[in-house]
Amino acid sequence: MLRVVSRRLVQLVITLIALMTLVFFWLRSLPGGPVDALLGERATPQTRETLTRALGYDQPIWVQYSRFLKNVVTGNFGNSIRTGEPVADVISRSFPATIELAVAAMIIAVGLGIPLGYLAARHRGRLLDNVTIIVTLIGISIPIFFLGYLLKDWLTQDIHFFPPSGRISTGTDNTDVTGFFVLDGLLTRELDASADALWHLVLPAITLATIPLAIIVRITRASVLDVLDEDYIRTADAKGLRNTTIRKRHVLRNALLPVVTTVGLQTGALLAGAVLTEKVYNWGGLGTLITDSISGGRDYPVLQALILLAAAVFIVVNLLVDLSYAFIDPRVRVQ
Amino acid sequence: MRAPGIIAAGIIAALAIGAAGCAESDRGEDDEAATSGTFIFAGAGDPKNFDPIFNDDGESFRPIRQIYDTLVTHKPGTADLEGGLAESWTNDPTGKIWTFTLRQGVKFHDGTALDAAAVCANFDRWYNMKGEAAQSQMIYYTDIFGGFAGSPDALYDNCKAQDASTAVLTLKKYKGAFPGAFALTAFSIASPAAMKQYDADTVTQNGDSFSYSTFANEHPTGTGAFTYGGWDKATGEITLNKNPDYWGDKAKVDKMIIKIIKDENTRKQELRAGTVQAIDFPAPADRKALADEGYEVLERPAFNILYLGINQKNNPKLKDLRVRQAIAYALNREQLVQTKGPGGSVVADQFLPSSVLGYAPDVQKYEYSVDKAKQLLSEAGATGLTLNFYYPTEVSRPYMPNPQEIFTVLANDLQAAGIKVNGVPRPWNGGFKDDVQQFGKQDLHILGWTGDYNDPGNFVGTFFGRPKVEFGDDALTEMFTAITKADATVDQAAKKTAFEQVNRDLAAKWLPAVPIWHAPPAIVTTKNVEGLVPSPLTAEEFNTVSITK
Repeated sequence: MLRVVSRRLVQLVITLIALMTLVFFWLRSLPGGPVDALLGERATPQTRETLTRALGYDQPIWVQYSRFLKNVVTGNFGNSIRTGEPVADVISRSFPATIELAVAAMIIAVGLGIPLGYLAARHRGRLLDNVTIIVTLIGISIPIFFLGYLLKDWLTQDIHFFPPSGRISTGTDNTDVTGFFVLDGLLTRELDASADALWHLVLPAITLATIPLAIIVRITRASVLDVLDEDYIRTADAKGLRNTTIRKRHVLRNALLPVVTTVGLQTGALLAGAVLTEKVYNWGGLGTLITDSISGGRDYPVLQALILLAAAVFIVVNLLVDLSYAFIDPRVRVQ
Repeated sequence: MRAPGIIAAGIIAALAIGAAGCAESDRGEDDEAATSGTFIFAGAGDPKNFDPIFNDDGESFRPIRQIYDTLVTHKPGTADLEGGLAESWTNDPTGKIWTFTLRQGVKFHDGTALDAAAVCANFDRWYNMKGEAAQSQMIYYTDIFGGFAGSPDALYDNCKAQDASTAVLTLKKYKGAFPGAFALTAFSIASPAAMKQYDADTVTQNGDSFSYSTFANEHPTGTGAFTYGGWDKATGEITLNKNPDYWGDKAKVDKMIIKIIKDENTRKQELRAGTVQAIDFPAPADRKALADEGYEVLERPAFNILYLGINQKNNPKLKDLRVRQAIAYALNREQLVQTKGPGGSVVADQFLPSSVLGYAPDVQKYEYSVDKAKQLLSEAGATGLTLNFYYPTEVSRPYMPNPQEIFTVLANDLQAAGIKVNGVPRPWNGGFKDDVQQFGKQDLHILGWTGDYNDPGNFVGTFFGRPKVEFGDDALTEMFTAITKADATVDQAAKKTAFEQVNRDLAAKWLPAVPIWHAPPAIVTTKNVEGLVPSPLTAEEFNTVSITK
């Protein structure tokens, strides 16, 4: 087990270095750049020149690259070009927002998805099953931003029920401990703030959850159906085991393997969905940061760090998924 | 056993969310009473920092303007100058020496006095700023004051405190931008004591980026109607507190929050949900609907210009004035304003709005006429002309809220007059500005400008005062000379006449571009917001705002 993990960690480092290089050159090959974005319409050739020189973009690309590498190795990702803050600060501020959203979305997706998929499979061909299939098909195919705007228009505009955007009501005097607003409120006993943050979380989390929810329902359903057809279930049934025991110990447990893989992959894919969801709800997380850093000024240092972070998260999640097999499926442990 | 555990967790989570919902709906009501002294304004983007001299964009200037004051300012709702920190000012006949008589008894937020020495300390600081990192961020300073200590182009000579309330600024030569440019928010006066304490001049470089001082980020200290109360970046809220010792009209609210919401649709929805009381830059298409729903749509007086630029370099036919005139005749600008213009837009017949000195009412107008366009094209032997028309995407500017739609209408007009248009969309920050302003790849393009201060040089001088790749207009030397000369005229009446002639000639003789429209951006507020005066320069001060009920 230890060997598997350490091999994967080495892979992680190699992947990250390759990716870092790729991203560095890719970003700089894009037309436009931070100088343009920083200067706007008011650039005189003189200020443009000074800024280019001050940012070091007049130097050969390999000089820039070696400087970048040197900084990264020492853990210095530089400062945001737009705001001048250390990149680590910018990202650690946005990170909790996205994690909060993603966790909420996954709780909804997993919490509803597995039971629904299981029930659909158990009632194969009946009304519940058919409805589930149709609804999940819609869930998979509906574009996130469309659903986001739809929910927002309906529940925040036509009916003023939920807040239209943001993570907490403007002017709320909440104490920032971890950056996870719901958790912070509980930690500092500002329950009002916690409830307010949860209330803001509902629509974005539902929006972000739809696609993984639909996928999890379908995978669970298919997987449970597969398992129900297995000989060992028939055997268990034949030897007179209680129905609940069969379901818990044999059906669900075996059916979960592909579901766990899906959950892992979907967690990685959530970041892509988060970009859109965060845009719709002005969420202020990593998704917002990515959009701002690209369209708002080619913020190279932030973008470089963000892409690395996204890749690292994806790789780590996949590693965890693989490891979790061992706990669910004893056969993997033996191998 | 694991699976039911997950199911249970899901159910608990669902219940918790539901319960939180109930708790919240009870909560909403007491909240309003508690925040009645707070004005929440939705801005459209992040500020950079709060040190005025290092900034050049409207979203940074919005809070900065509340925290600081300038020597000269604008009468509310106009671009006309009036006294700010300086009660009055005079200029000597050479135009080089400016004498400011300062208001008495004004204090910075840190309690130190605003006197002539403090004013001069600001001028000295800008001129003596060290390091390219810092200098490269002083965009307005470089533009107006030419350069820094040691640079031959530097305009600044010295600043002397004649007595506590008289500051005398001496420039190396006359500059037409003044006194208007003294009102630029970038030239706000900051507390020298606070700047020293919080290391204002330290702009450090880290890799290929900069970081600013704690003065700029945490301790901005001016004389303004509001003091800085912090910027919560996780929620995008900038808090400003009432300055009880303000020298002018004291703020009517205790607190103002600038909530940053980048998406215009979301700004509108927050306004409708009642969570913000005012929004900036509503989508042009939403203005009417919001007005119908009972919101106040405050249109700023126009102080910007959208133009169709013509680059004479790539297609020799465009060097012919008749071809450029044909393009002007081909455009149905009246209809464009009606169909695509934000409310309050007007057709532009010259490159500056009518409130600016030197506006000439009698310029050649180019009323829409396809026949005239066709006739001029055939006279010039330019029938069957094909032009590359560059337009920006992924951007919305106050003067150009919807570039793609504007392009479509203009291109159709040109096609109708027999000019083939090859549309080239380029992302704003991803090539448009480079292609147009640095490489000059286009034949036609749309671009514009929002004025910074009330001076014709800030409009026509910026566009046409020197040869630019954007227009490929090197041949129009007569135009550069005329504008440079008009800009250097000290006597205001003579300057007015000179610029009027420049504007007539720009329209009739040179036509390096075609002015399209002046499109004022708006602010929308709820009914209970009173006293907000929209400024043509988007330089609103919020001390006059009150919330009724």
